[in-house]
Amino acid sequence: MAKVLMKGNEAIGEAAIRAGCLNYFAYPITPQSEVAEYLARRMPEVNGVFLQGESEVAVGYMLFGAAGAGERVFTTSSSPGVSLMSEAISYIAGAQCPAVFVNIIRGGPGLGGILPSQGDYFQSVKGGGHGDYRMLVMAPASVQEAVEMVMTAFPLAEKYRNPVMILGDGLIGQMMEPVEFPEHLRSEPSKKDDWATNGMDTRKSATRNLVKSLYLDPEALNNHNLLLKSKYDRMKQEEVRYESYNAEGEYQALIVSYGTMSRVCRTAIDHLKEEGIEVGMIRPQTVFPFPEKAIHEAASKENCRVVLSIEMSMGQMVEDVERAVMGKRPVKWYGKCGGEVPTPEEIIEVVKEHL
Amino acid sequence: MQSEVMFAGFGGQGILMCGKLLAHTAMQVGYEVAWIPSYGPEMRGGTAYCTVVISDRPIGSPIIKNPAHLVAMNRPSLEKFAPVVKPGGVILVNESLIPVRSGREDVDEILVPATGIAKELGSVKAANIVALSAFVARSGIVDFEAMREAVREEFSGKEKFLPLNMAAIDAGRKSALEQPETETA
Repeated sequence: MAKVLMKGNEAIGEAAIRAGCLNYFAYPITPQSEVAEYLARRMPEVNGVFLQGESEVAVGYMLFGAAGAGERVFTTSSSPGVSLMSEAISYIAGAQCPAVFVNIIRGGPGLGGILPSQGDYFQSVKGGGHGDYRMLVMAPASVQEAVEMVMTAFPLAEKYRNPVMILGDGLIGQMMEPVEFPEHLRSEPSKKDDWATNGMDTRKSATRNLVKSLYLDPEALNNHNLLLKSKYDRMKQEEVRYESYNAEGEYQALIVSYGTMSRVCRTAIDHLKEEGIEVGMIRPQTVFPFPEKAIHEAASKENCRVVLSIEMSMGQMVEDVERAVMGKRPVKWYGKCGGEVPTPEEIIEVVKEHL
Repeated sequence: MQSEVMFAGFGGQGILMCGKLLAHTAMQVGYEVAWIPSYGPEMRGGTAYCTVVISDRPIGSPIIKNPAHLVAMNRPSLEKFAPVVKPGGVILVNESLIPVRSGREDVDEILVPATGIAKELGSVKAANIVALSAFVARSGIVDFEAMREAVREEFSGKEKFLPLNMAAIDAGRKSALEQPETETA
């Protein structure tokens, strides 16, 4: 298929359809309202469902209900909206239902602003909702990658029976880039007869399925949590994704950066190279599971003097970078939030300051 | 090689569309492209601008502080962005609405009465296409005929607007090419 020029938000909506997801529940919020606008038109064309909830709280439970009944489901929102959905995310993880969430982050906290930010790293990677749960979180750096991650998210959510989140920032949603929708990423929804409440008649079964997150017996709850933990441990084994840039040879500094911010860093690295300063980069494509081993190894390289975590937040991912580097090298943070994305020129300055 | 064009004006002038058409053309002829809008909290009639990045390799930073070129459709846009254009670039000034000049000696400044030309052709709405055409003709940033094709494609399904926009393309090119190249330092 030829490439088409699409806005990130629209491409995300189309990617979900191409991935075989025909259930979209959402509540509009800038900077991702175009997803709903696009799918309001597109879903009826493919006999899918677009339902606008009365709030993000409701949307979260619409997803829970439909996912529990065995349907492929997804929603998109932005920071404050995701906060409202976080209770449902915890329930969905607890009840082991597959669901895909897209967060096109805007500046926070509170109402914050509508411009790009990466301030929801903690929210998506460390919790957001209550209890011991994790989400598989992927962070795209281009519209094409957003498409591919959305398409991959559905089978992954089903593999783990767990929520998967795509963590984009406002620019990923608002920017237009050429995209294609790879045929090979289209997938059939998995069989869910052994757990979903999809009707005993439908699955011709005499056994009742129960979707729940309530375990009042302490031993049963502990066992349930151990089961959940085994899934998160498996994600750490099987789903770590990252990309390295200029990291094959020797370098004086290592940058860790993701999403839009990593593209700015890439340009900075190219300019620094022209000046004879070598800087490598590890770009996490999954932020949970986090590419700890790759970062540790990259930081341990002989000439690498410092590791810089560059984020559009006040220092969130840096805690994971520190954990990965394990004291091998000094870890520094640089970032901005509020909507202003640091420019390549600023990154160049920051790198030079630390050398 | 990478080049960046900033389109700027007020809401309703078709600024974002103008950028989209250039991005679309560049994609069709094989370049990597990114179209980045400004999406601040703007009010109706407020400023609108977008940046189009065109490159022969994957595009890094979508944040462009110093674009190579500027198409300014109103005065505040010219005053705000002319100083950040890279030396040697094209600055297109919509002469119909902008009584001042960029004040830059190191760029190729062209004066195109885009709004006036569009009015004469029948609708002020075509001013963006006049400006786009004039800019593409002057900068040679993408193949001119490919740009015409992209505009034609955009208006497929809205055939009654096609003659106006095709005329806007011809008028834009004429206006851009009849001006002498400015000597750049």
